[in-house]
Amino acid sequence: MARSVNMKLFYGALAVIGAVGVAALWTARTRGADDGPTTVSSAALAAVGDYEGYVLGSESAPVEIVEFADFQCPACARFTILTASDVKAGLVEGGLARWRFHDFPLPIHQHAPLAHHAAACAGEQGQFWGMHDQLFYNQGRWATESRPGRRFRDYAQALGLDLGRYDDCMGSGRYAARIEQAKREAIELNVTSTPSFLIGNQLVAGAIPYDSIKVLVERAAARASQ
Amino acid sequence: MVIAALSLVGFFVATYLWLWKIGMLGALACGTGACETVQLSEYAVIFGLPVALYGVGGYLALLVVSLVGLQPRWAGRHGPTDLLMALSAIGVLFTAYLTYLEAAVINAWCRWCLVSAAIITAIFVTALLGWRADRRSSAPAS
Repeated sequence: MARSVNMKLFYGALAVIGAVGVAALWTARTRGADDGPTTVSSAALAAVGDYEGYVLGSESAPVEIVEFADFQCPACARFTILTASDVKAGLVEGGLARWRFHDFPLPIHQHAPLAHHAAACAGEQGQFWGMHDQLFYNQGRWATESRPGRRFRDYAQALGLDLGRYDDCMGSGRYAARIEQAKREAIELNVTSTPSFLIGNQLVAGAIPYDSIKVLVERAAARASQ
Repeated sequence: MVIAALSLVGFFVATYLWLWKIGMLGALACGTGACETVQLSEYAVIFGLPVALYGVGGYLALLVVSLVGLQPRWAGRHGPTDLLMALSAIGVLFTAYLTYLEAAVINAWCRWCLVSAAIITAIFVTALLGWRADRRSSAPAS
């Protein structure tokens, strides 16, 4: 008798744990699904600095997509590898949107500042996007190394950069302050994670799929044409 | 009973990490939290499957075996106790390896992974105690 009562209590406790667990997962899922874009006020947009970043596409495109990204962020790498080419082909090359890369090295990624600096140095020689791709596509190789600078130099060589100029640029650290400034601007815009996207005045976080970006771009284009 | 309850909690923790990993809990993003760094690292996938999915399967197996072992028809038999011992030992070793990766390679701590590590350790200790008690009770009196 005592055992059957104990077992009833036990199964009751398991049912409670099960119900709490399912409810917690459901809440987490619903909360995640509701993380839609937030509107950034024009005052907030005007208040931040004028970091130009790196641009792909036409300056006359009606919509600008600003990507806040960290070269050591795996979600950013995944976005670049899986989604960015669709955005470029479907929105940028068609002239509907312009793509702007905004550096946002996160404090938790120890090699991110050096990686962003390597991209800036490649940018001096017109190869920012080449280095951008090298860094993201090879992120798994360098992110866990203790001194990835040598590997970045290999990427510079593979891109055909003048290594003397590249070394001089990396040694000078001349873009470090600019990258820090870019990071501060992102924080002022309430960007808290990477990748985040500012599409028109809509800020959305996470490696969102192409379809979501397309919808936001089309809405921004419609607003711009009004 | 303790193992079944802990396995169920562990199952939900692993399921949460797995759903996050496959993008069911919002878009993937790197934040200031170290959990993202761990979960998005190359070590979060083994043989093409998310590490968290192995956790889901492992906790589910522990739950099923512990519930089966509680049934009257299995009373006095060693099978479930031995199996719980073996499964939880594998779980603890696997978790020790993952925790080593967090500490020494990824250099980031995912708190939900640590919660899972604590749960599997508690399950292993409970299974070990149960296994020893089982062996003592069945040992021939000298």
